[in-house]
Amino acid sequence: MSFSACVQEADFDIGAEIDTLLGERGDVGAVATFSGLVRDMNDGSGVHAMTLEHYPGMTEAALTDIIDQARARWQIMGARVVHRVGQLRPRDRIVLVIVAGAHRGEAFAACEFIMDFLKTRAPFWKREDTPDGSRWVDARESDDSAAQRWK
Amino acid sequence: MNIKVLYFAALREALGTPGETLALPPGCTTLADVRALIAARGGDWEKLAQMKNLRAAINQRMAEPSSTLADGDEVAFFPPVTGG
Repeated sequence: MSFSACVQEADFDIGAEIDTLLGERGDVGAVATFSGLVRDMNDGSGVHAMTLEHYPGMTEAALTDIIDQARARWQIMGARVVHRVGQLRPRDRIVLVIVAGAHRGEAFAACEFIMDFLKTRAPFWKREDTPDGSRWVDARESDDSAAQRWK
Repeated sequence: MNIKVLYFAALREALGTPGETLALPPGCTTLADVRALIAARGGDWEKLAQMKNLRAAINQRMAEPSSTLADGDEVAFFPPVTGG
């Protein structure tokens, strides 16, 4: 099983990603997944489209580093992170984190840790199109505190 | 010493450029020095000094204001990240 991260414009198939990650392994007892979606509402206004920008090169390095940190903390067997960039619409999938392990505790924890760190360390920026024009999304302090609790 | 400087997201838009190559004067050795050097141009460039919570990277790794630079480094300035 592998540990990998991918940044892409295309949508992803959650089931296919899990199957690819697991391969023929028979000793996996737990697969935790998180997927993030585009909402049609944020900070009180409607959102009809969103554009995700990133820092090519650093993004992949940051995601790999986040996965490495999770591997150092928990006994996990494999992980996969997929993050989309470019133009997205409400209900579109944005991000996928899959963690496989022997038992659920480590898989759940590592999956949540990877998401919390991705939110504060991976160089992606969202821009929303609303009826009042387009705006860059502000970072949330709650994301910083979510990452801090793992220190 | 020459470095490459990149700007992203709201900062890139405010400055009107994705980046530039910069020749650093003697004594300009840290990220904080470069930020001050660019902001001192005035006008829109002052946003670099004013932007709250500005983040920076050197050679594609998060860095601190006191981090020191070497010839050929790639420096990036950007707002706090909002992925996920």
